[in-house]
Amino acid sequence: MKGPESLARNKPPRVQLDPRFAPPFPQAALPVLRNTQLRKNVAHAIDVIQSKRARLVEEKADWEELRAAASDLRAHVLDNLGHYLEEFESQCTAAGGHVHWAADGTEARRIVLEIIRQKNANEVIKIKTMTSAEIQLNLFLEQAGIAAHETDLAEIILQLGGEAPSHIVVPALHVNRSQVRDIFAQRMGLPDLSDDPQALTAAARTYLRKLFLTVPVAISGANHLIAETGGVVIVESEGNGRMCLTLPQTLIAIAGIEKVIPRFQDLEVLLQVLARSATGERMNPYTSVWSGVKPGDGPQNFHVVLLDNGRSDMLRRPVERQTLKCIRCAACMNACPVYRQTGGHAYGSVYPGPIGAILTPQLQRLEHAQSLPYASSLCGACYEVCPVKINIPEVLIELRAQVTNREREEPRRFFDPLYLGLRIASFILASPRRLRLAQRLGRIVARLFASRDGWIHVLPGYGARWTRTRDLRGVPSQTFREWWSTRNKGEQ
Amino acid sequence: MHLPRIDDAQPFCPRPVESVTNGTLNSEMRASLFITCYNDTLYPETGRAVVALLERLGVEVEFNSLQTCCGQMHANSGFRAEAFSQAKRFVQIYRDAETIVIPSSSCVAMIREQYQGLFEELGNERLRRDFAVLSPRIFELSEYLVDHLKVEDLGAYFPHRVAYHASCHGLRALHLGDRPYRLLAKVRGLELAPLANTDRCCGFGGTFSVKNAEVSSAMLTAKLQDILATRAEFCTALDNSCLMHLGGAMHRQFAGVRTVHMAQILAATETHPIEELP
Repeated sequence: MKGPESLARNKPPRVQLDPRFAPPFPQAALPVLRNTQLRKNVAHAIDVIQSKRARLVEEKADWEELRAAASDLRAHVLDNLGHYLEEFESQCTAAGGHVHWAADGTEARRIVLEIIRQKNANEVIKIKTMTSAEIQLNLFLEQAGIAAHETDLAEIILQLGGEAPSHIVVPALHVNRSQVRDIFAQRMGLPDLSDDPQALTAAARTYLRKLFLTVPVAISGANHLIAETGGVVIVESEGNGRMCLTLPQTLIAIAGIEKVIPRFQDLEVLLQVLARSATGERMNPYTSVWSGVKPGDGPQNFHVVLLDNGRSDMLRRPVERQTLKCIRCAACMNACPVYRQTGGHAYGSVYPGPIGAILTPQLQRLEHAQSLPYASSLCGACYEVCPVKINIPEVLIELRAQVTNREREEPRRFFDPLYLGLRIASFILASPRRLRLAQRLGRIVARLFASRDGWIHVLPGYGARWTRTRDLRGVPSQTFREWWSTRNKGEQ
Repeated sequence: MHLPRIDDAQPFCPRPVESVTNGTLNSEMRASLFITCYNDTLYPETGRAVVALLERLGVEVEFNSLQTCCGQMHANSGFRAEAFSQAKRFVQIYRDAETIVIPSSSCVAMIREQYQGLFEELGNERLRRDFAVLSPRIFELSEYLVDHLKVEDLGAYFPHRVAYHASCHGLRALHLGDRPYRLLAKVRGLELAPLANTDRCCGFGGTFSVKNAEVSSAMLTAKLQDILATRAEFCTALDNSCLMHLGGAMHRQFAGVRTVHMAQILAATETHPIEELP
């Protein structure tokens, strides 16, 4: 079996999850839509999680109350964020931790690298963390000559296979068992490996044990930061995270500033909604709360990096600030009919799905991710399942207005079919007289395209986007308002 | 394959007929029909069916010819100012209406979910106040029948196997719940075909259907599979926008299923079956 050191040096994933370079959503979705195996894997995986979640929500008679409590709690935190962050800092420091403040990804990466360099380490092990993915930490560390080994089973699969994550809780859900076997067999040098789940996890375990026992620095994210105690909460399924929390000498937790909660007791509500929403379990298998340093027990150097990276700007905006209530359960992407078809890669961001569609444009510059607010049919399934009641459709519409407000001023957009169409529509709909004229004119134009059965099979230009897969019934010979006026004349 | 068309039958002009509920309705009921821009232009038969249905129930139907559009398309595309103009027009022309009936759940959702925000951002106190007063008098068709008129048996006759597509706005914005099913259950001859994954979007989503045409079509395919599995003759909904999308694909694929707005099913009777509706 090859050693972990050689395995961690990967070619970068084929799929680009940096919004600055990723293609717009409609284009990025195309290769996925053609990949029937991937779509099958995604649909199967989320159908399983969805039905488990539905069952467990059903059994909870007070689910709506729990949801309201979780939502109120997160809203309360956002209203008092400065206070709770300062409380967290002083409690964490008093317990022997070091708290660092990072305004953006660059600062956070620099802080993490300095800590690793101080320890003279050239390897780190990682607990699955979205925040480190957000700041593209692995790539940065690799360029600095430091190997970052993922320890979450799904993240190992992705790291070894050169794959990009496609989900925030189940990042390898687009990879099936036999594909995992192929990746492990090739990268771990185990040609006889079977695709039996036990054999696969055993291979991963052997691979991980050596890392846990030798690598001196661990990097984690945080599901919650407890202001009252200065504790960092890590919620996971496999126990590999707990190994990272306890075995290395140095622990660095990177957390978005919104992750803070007031009291330990608040976990009662949050853990109940999180496990049910995320994986369809009553309780997640491993919940670790790490508070400061205990001599002779666990990491002796404990650092928390508090990352802003656009979050305080979001906090200032009345509609968008609810995005920060998110507890990263991914229920929205499991419920999303768009995600079900495209999986996560099409979003070109480490945060896919509905939450990614609102979070990514706000973390990045809007123009880097402006196709994402449109990557939704506004069906509202995400809002319905969100355990902290983020009205995602409302935020999507708000972000669309921001995109539109900027784009409509650009001269090159003047003849953009959608913008032109909406401007003309607005002119027409401003007056019933204009509407009647347009309806008459539209009828004549539609007749030019209609075939003998009255249906339109082919439209030119932008209209082809409709008729590539759908016919359009021709425009009837009489509008409703025409019928109404002749009918009333007939009666008089 | 040529199916009889249900949109181009010659209009006939029924006088209001006696109520099927034998006079349980208040004879002075009046409803102002907001037909919506796309029903007006593309699906006038739905509007004619609403008129036939309500008049059969003894409701006097009004049609304010100043109406155009609720503004949903503009609001959801980020054209706030344009959407505001439509919202303002709506409130101004319906300020004095007794009740407003709208045979489109997504337009009702637009009004309920977005008007207040638009008025707070761009409007004045008067507009906000007028809308607050007007708002409880705005009904989606099934709400109007079940909640306001309190009738479920409308005397309808539609001897076909029908799948009901619960549009997302009806389901999640208006919380229509079992209202549509209760209405369909009372239609004589109708056999309701249970549809799997009823809470899953059909992929229309307004401009989403062209801006993300490929993803929209993939969602459509999934929905179509569920509908075809029901072996229904008709797929019905309270939203012609979903039905335009679904029906367009059914027609393209010679699927043998047709779409029809629920108003047309509820308006059909033994003496005036759907092909003969005004």
